[in-house]
Amino acid sequence: MSEVAENLSAQDLIEYLAQQENKTLLRFLTCGSVDDGKSTLIGRLLYDTKLLFDDQLATLERDSKKHGTVGEDIDFALLVDGLEAEREQGITIDVAYRFFTTDKRKFIVADTPGHEQYTRNMATGASTADLAILLVDARKGILTQTRRHAFIASLLGIRHIVVAVNKIDLVDYSQDIFEKIRDDFAAFASNFGFKQIVAIPLSARFGDNVIARSDRTPWYKGPALLDHLETVEVEDEQLAKPFRMAVQWVNRPNLDFRGFSGTIASGTVRPGDRIVVAASGRTSTVARIVTADGDLDAAGAGDAVTLTLADEVDISRGDLLVAATDQPEVADQFAAHVIWMHEDHLLPGRPYLVKIGTKTVTAQVTEIKHKIDVNTLDHLAAKELGLNEVAVCNFSLSQPVGFDAYTANRGTGAFIIVDRLSNATVGAGMIMFGLRRATNIHLQALDVNKAARANLKGQKPVILWFTGLSGAGKSTIANIVEKYLLAQGRHTYMLDGDNVRHGLNRDLGFTEGDRVENIRRVAEVSKLMIDAGLIVLVSFISPFRAERRMARELVEEGEFIEVFCDTPLEVAESRDPKGLYKKARAGQIKNFTGIDSPYEPPENPEIRLESGTKSVELLAEEVIALLRSRGIIV
Amino acid sequence: MSPDRKSHLKRLEDESIHIIREVASEFRNPVMLYSIGKDSSVMLHLAAKAFYPAPPPFPLMHVDTTWKFREMIQFRDETAKRLGFNLIVHTNQEGLAQNINPFDHGSSYYTNVMKTDALKQALTKYGFDAAFGGARRDEEKSRAKERIFSFRTANHGWDPKKQRPELWNIYNTRVAPGESIRVFPISNWTELDIWQYIMLEDIPIVPLYYAAKRPVVERGGQLIMVDDERLPLEPGEVPQEKLVRFRTLGCYPLTAAIESDAATLPEIVREMLIARTSERSGRLIDHDEAGSMEKKKREGYF
Ligand SMILES: Nc1nc2c(ncn2[C@@H]2O[C@H](COP(=O)(O)OP(=O)(O)O)[C@@H](O)[C@H]2O)c(=O)[nH]1
Repeated sequence: MSEVAENLSAQDLIEYLAQQENKTLLRFLTCGSVDDGKSTLIGRLLYDTKLLFDDQLATLERDSKKHGTVGEDIDFALLVDGLEAEREQGITIDVAYRFFTTDKRKFIVADTPGHEQYTRNMATGASTADLAILLVDARKGILTQTRRHAFIASLLGIRHIVVAVNKIDLVDYSQDIFEKIRDDFAAFASNFGFKQIVAIPLSARFGDNVIARSDRTPWYKGPALLDHLETVEVEDEQLAKPFRMAVQWVNRPNLDFRGFSGTIASGTVRPGDRIVVAASGRTSTVARIVTADGDLDAAGAGDAVTLTLADEVDISRGDLLVAATDQPEVADQFAAHVIWMHEDHLLPGRPYLVKIGTKTVTAQVTEIKHKIDVNTLDHLAAKELGLNEVAVCNFSLSQPVGFDAYTANRGTGAFIIVDRLSNATVGAGMIMFGLRRATNIHLQALDVNKAARANLKGQKPVILWFTGLSGAGKSTIANIVEKYLLAQGRHTYMLDGDNVRHGLNRDLGFTEGDRVENIRRVAEVSKLMIDAGLIVLVSFISPFRAERRMARELVEEGEFIEVFCDTPLEVAESRDPKGLYKKARAGQIKNFTGIDSPYEPPENPEIRLESGTKSVELLAEEVIALLRSRGIIV
Repeated sequence: MSPDRKSHLKRLEDESIHIIREVASEFRNPVMLYSIGKDSSVMLHLAAKAFYPAPPPFPLMHVDTTWKFREMIQFRDETAKRLGFNLIVHTNQEGLAQNINPFDHGSSYYTNVMKTDALKQALTKYGFDAAFGGARRDEEKSRAKERIFSFRTANHGWDPKKQRPELWNIYNTRVAPGESIRVFPISNWTELDIWQYIMLEDIPIVPLYYAAKRPVVERGGQLIMVDDERLPLEPGEVPQEKLVRFRTLGCYPLTAAIESDAATLPEIVREMLIARTSERSGRLIDHDEAGSMEKKKREGYF
């Protein structure tokens, strides 16, 4: 492009720029396994389209000598290996984005590595791409990984594929080999839903058929790679779909203006159009399409706009505005393809956050229908999903959301999965269809019982029974544990003197009989809560073994965890947070445990906390570790 | 604009506005970092557009090393006023007290103290949980691999191996207390896009981008402008008036000028199209070592 500019007068330049400005943008993805020549190809494209600056070239030449793999020649691959760690180890660890422009088009290339984290990175790159270049080494032909790349590309909704048969120089520019690869690919990809597949014989290293047709493949009549990229029609399919816009921001600078800002996911919108708020079903009419450049007569997919409506409708961030004439599904359960992206496995029943459009809700996988082997496409049974695994899962959300099937609408059928504790993005999903309880769930599963209630909460109900002297730290530790459980999305309840003695057990005092009755009631209430599917934290001195045993026997094996807060009396007494020991010693309180009433320490508690010696946080950690080891939390 | 095929600039503009709105909606306390350069001028313009007719719902912050060109500071104050932004200016006061400067302490130590540390101080001081920056992926190799929403630990560090996957336009904005996210809404713009957009939208930029006669000295093949009397002249060095301009703006002793007669936007763009050196070569700090940007980012630099 530099030559073009050099010969330009100022007037020409303005025209030239106008023409630049009207260029369209093609986003594509390159995939290939290690050493297929992917980096070389991208480097070659940048080099041959003269996009490298002098200093970049100088660096490249210097680096080629230092780390290059092709002797004295320039090693184009070095252009695109960005991070120091990568250059040192000669690997690519992450998706990189490259930019180049030709006279006809602008390009953004997502360059994804071929290592073990491949699926995750490829899916990331593919999510925003219009086209994928799949590299195939001409010497090796279609391999398992080619199939995998094609599958992931199709899963992410890419419709245009280029099969780049690379290293054609190493097979003597053989037409037969090329055609066999082309046909093999066409055969197995026939049901992947690609709109167009173009195979091109290439040598990334020597430049054959990269930017111009090569003399060495006279039998090849198709376009050179760059030609194809410049001319391929990726008509914006989103435009032809029904109107959808997720509200990002309610714009309310003053009382007279209330606009809903967002990016149109699909379709077009005009003032006067009837729209519906998907989840609530409320309707209104578009009054204005406001932008900083003035009001618009119409706006379409991809436009970032602000709509005002004719009526006062309750709309907030996260709502999906849709065409009244063509509405999406609204449901709190759906089936979706999931690509798992984290080392910690996906566990059914575990609560995650799902962000769909601009809405974030709590969600869990109720069932993994099957895992898909990305190499063979076989369906496999699975109880959990590991990094880079793909599966079809059923989801249940905390509230209904509006969506379309991903294959019908990429803009409203996609979601990400976020871990609630670490906040990491752990997965990506593509919705297949909504599940309606009434029609799709077997009545059997609707039997209302402990298991069903617990299932709905995605947890194992359990009683954590904290026992120990007054001042042993029971409530403090129980509190920390409960907070942690809550952050994990667990449903909990805490029973302690404060909330039981003032109500349910208001009629009881501290005689031995009353103490027994006190614990009996607490144990029965705990049992009801277990039946409701809750994790119950009980924090009572509960000095007698018999009552604790009674509580234990009320529930099933494994549902009772006795937490003994073992603090020597002197320590508890020296803490004396409520001044009770003092009063007891002074004889103002009768029947005080440890002073004039016995405490019977547990003989076989599930866990014993030495609360005289460690901090409450550490002790809480011990309880959490126990819960983890028992699979109550993960 | 009709809803047919969109120009690439419109696509980029829409993408940036989407990102900016997402941050304003999901973070408790975001801030937009303003470096006064052309990229951040474009970013400000996009922010103003994103919330029109309301003003942007977050403040601007400039980390002032006290070694910026005088014209930049003047431009900064005018711009904040014009767009109705609340402007926060932060300087590392300890660094200032110790008179940390690029001459006595070397460019990398100076940048560390007056830029990186200063930025971290300011983010911590105001408790910002998201900070917009005007970096672009085409600027430098390690940026090509950085996310648009780039997660930072409570110590403001970047871990390139632990980046969150970023799919579609659905951004994970969740952080724990103390952690933050740096957001780069113009990640996908190239230098040419920036200039074209500045022309198209008539965005004011610091006059230093335009060629004019300015006093410079030549050092190590680079032209350094004598912006004020604080630049120590080496023996025999006499500032000369030369027709120069800047392709990139930073601290004046660390940013080299180029000889040029491009005094209008089309001329600048033309010169850019012909240019055979990439933009960051005018910034001395990138020259230190290969991978220097990656290292700085890990330490909390933008
Ligand atoms: N002969 C030949 N070698 C190639 C070709 N493309 C790439 N290579 C070589 O194959 C090796 C791996 O290439 P690279 O681009 O690093 O592969 P990547 O792992 O897919 O990025 C390098 O030594 C390249 O020089 C080609 O078309 N012909």
